[in-house]
Amino acid sequence: MIAEIGQVALLSALLVSLFMGIVPLLGARGRHAGMMMTAGTGAWVHFILVLLAYVLLTSAFLLQDFSVEYVARNSNSQLPVHYRFTAVWGAHEGSLLLWQLILAGWTLAVAGFSRSLPAEFRATVLAVLGWVSVGFLLFILYTSNPFGRILPPPVDGRDLNPLLQDPGMIIHPPMLYMGYVGFAVPFAFAVAALLRGEVTRQWVRWTRPWTHVAWAFLTLGLALGSWWAYYELGWGGWWFWDPVENAAFMPWLVGTALIHSQAVTEKTGAFRNWTLLLAIAAFSLSLLGTFLVRSGVLTSVHAFASDPTRGLFILAYLVVVVGGSLTLFSFRAPKMMMGSGFAGVSRESLLLVNNLVLAVICAMVLLGTLYPLLVDAMGAGKISVGPPYFALLFALLLVPLVMALPLGVFARFKRDRLGRLLTQMRWPLAAALIAGALTAWWLPEPGLAPVAGVAGAAWLMAASLAWPLKRLRGRGQQAGFTLQETAMTLAHFGLGIFLVGISLANVTSAEKHVRMAPGDRFELGGYTFEFAGTRSLQGPNYSADEGEFAVSRDGEHVTRLRPQKRRYLRESQVMTEAAIDPGLGRDLYVSLGEPLGDDGAWAVSLYIKPFVRWVWLGSLFMFAGGLLAASDRRYRKSTVNGAAA
Amino acid sequence: MHPVRKRRLIGVIVIVVGVGIAAAITMWSLSQNMLYFITPSDVQAQELPPGRAFRLGGLVEDGSVSRADDGLQVTFTITDGAAMVPVRFDGILPDLFREGQGVITRGALGADGVFTATEVLAKHDENYMPPEVAEALREAGHPMGGTADEGDGSD
Repeated sequence: MIAEIGQVALLSALLVSLFMGIVPLLGARGRHAGMMMTAGTGAWVHFILVLLAYVLLTSAFLLQDFSVEYVARNSNSQLPVHYRFTAVWGAHEGSLLLWQLILAGWTLAVAGFSRSLPAEFRATVLAVLGWVSVGFLLFILYTSNPFGRILPPPVDGRDLNPLLQDPGMIIHPPMLYMGYVGFAVPFAFAVAALLRGEVTRQWVRWTRPWTHVAWAFLTLGLALGSWWAYYELGWGGWWFWDPVENAAFMPWLVGTALIHSQAVTEKTGAFRNWTLLLAIAAFSLSLLGTFLVRSGVLTSVHAFASDPTRGLFILAYLVVVVGGSLTLFSFRAPKMMMGSGFAGVSRESLLLVNNLVLAVICAMVLLGTLYPLLVDAMGAGKISVGPPYFALLFALLLVPLVMALPLGVFARFKRDRLGRLLTQMRWPLAAALIAGALTAWWLPEPGLAPVAGVAGAAWLMAASLAWPLKRLRGRGQQAGFTLQETAMTLAHFGLGIFLVGISLANVTSAEKHVRMAPGDRFELGGYTFEFAGTRSLQGPNYSADEGEFAVSRDGEHVTRLRPQKRRYLRESQVMTEAAIDPGLGRDLYVSLGEPLGDDGAWAVSLYIKPFVRWVWLGSLFMFAGGLLAASDRRYRKSTVNGAAA
Repeated sequence: MHPVRKRRLIGVIVIVVGVGIAAAITMWSLSQNMLYFITPSDVQAQELPPGRAFRLGGLVEDGSVSRADDGLQVTFTITDGAAMVPVRFDGILPDLFREGQGVITRGALGADGVFTATEVLAKHDENYMPPEVAEALREAGHPMGGTADEGDGSD
């Protein structure tokens, strides 16, 4: 029964979202208050129905109802209870249901927090979100129904993919989806503004907190994914320029550009059309990402099984969304008033650099990701684009971005003098030079990239700290420090930390793949790894060989590392569980390859990864900055007023 | 020229030149990092210059995997049912690497006709066949090629 009720709930949700897409829109057109009010109610009902479907699917997992095909494929009787909760989003159908649940949640949040907005506008925004839901629910019901039955039911299920039986996997997809789906809100605001034909600075103020929250969660989701890949895939990499990673990175790049262009539009009214376009692009790229992941057109470590109908459906959806919103944009945007002008040296021009560079990076990633598809479609052979393409271009394009960033923070709107700006930069510049010199001295083989990277990081961090200091010392209008500025400082400082990580982690890392028998020692990067042998171990649904390595440095014991090689019983899949000793300065990382010969010898991978934690630490700073920016009082005030009104 | 227009013109020129340079570097870098996917039949049919990097994919031939006694060097054969290419790899194989399974390797052919792989990829889902490999097998008439939606995990 559970599955059937779930299906009915989803169908009802589809009807409700159709209603939400039509009635409030008609109400807004005819200024009919009652019809517009239904949007908020619709958001509630829609959320409750999708939540019901989600809870029912979860209970099918908990109760081990293997007559539901999705449960039978992604769970079995030995699966620990906590993984039965997360198995819900362990494969295609369920992760789409999670996606829809999050979309319903965002829609409800918009309905709840936007009561102070003009009724017509609010109704239009919710109607657009209703249409987004219609598309996704159709997709779920038509191609990816999680409630399908299988008859006769199997005695036991297959297993949840062992890669996903991991704590990191519990939070990575929901966070990522929060970001992905969150961009539907700025998208809906943009489309609503185009439909109503008015983009005011007030409009940007309404949109900004939503963009900040979505961006913050996408940042966190990407960082979690990278961290998970690092310890779970067992080969010490943390970013592979894999098509699926690129698919999630592109909305992030455009989202970052959007945040900055919104700042300009709110302050001076410039970049208005560009802001609209970015809001459309961020959500379109989220959909493109879904298409790339779900259609199976790309070879990727993330690729789920392919299904052409799913790919076609999303492609059609993508065409409707992108085509429709761009058409609307081309009809309406030219009518909107242009913003005010600005001088060559001003905060606007520096933020224009930011936007251009981010857009170019995004175009570069898009080209590298889609090029193999184009070549294949033209029948010119099957190719792939190697990671060096992305790595080189990303590094090159970071240069203008990092150089311009502190200038943009210090520059005034409208017009500034280069001389004034540069005198303010003397301390960050000194910090950059010193940090670069120290790096060149410290690295055994100093290259241009790590030295420039660390110098750039110091430039960012010093400038990020110099800005609040200047503001706190300032008098009169200059004094004071808003939450918004604290958020900006945090995020920019985080970018600096991140930059240290990406500059140093790869060039200074050491790795070795060796054969080790019990008692063997191996020295790497000043650390001695001694292999004590392996022992057998039983987990709830796997058996494992656990190796033991004593790590010492200069004769002093550092740590003991116990990597595992697991064999999951049900499907006899083999999984590597790396053992990591984390640290701000360096990670020690050991993973087991395979047993060799009869003397207990194993193929072993040893890694030393300096500064790799900084990559994720920096991302956490950016996440915190994004959330803080959204909680600025200026935004809250409007909701308080709204509640009182 | 009016100073405002002049300033705008300069701005536009700077942007166009900047984006143009970025585009040129992008295209150059793309051409440098393009890796072709080549099947064992292709390797046999064409004279590939030794040392040129590409990706080789197919099934690991049953009974072909052998390891050196000391160290980690491993050799195996990749087949698409119609032709075979011997592969040498020095390192740790992925968990899902096994005989009869689809793999993609990246590397270059040596003068001796042995493909030296720098990277071996097997997919994280046991029932998942890389689309390139599936198509290569289909073209070579191998039964594991199946249909296009092979391996959606619902057996």
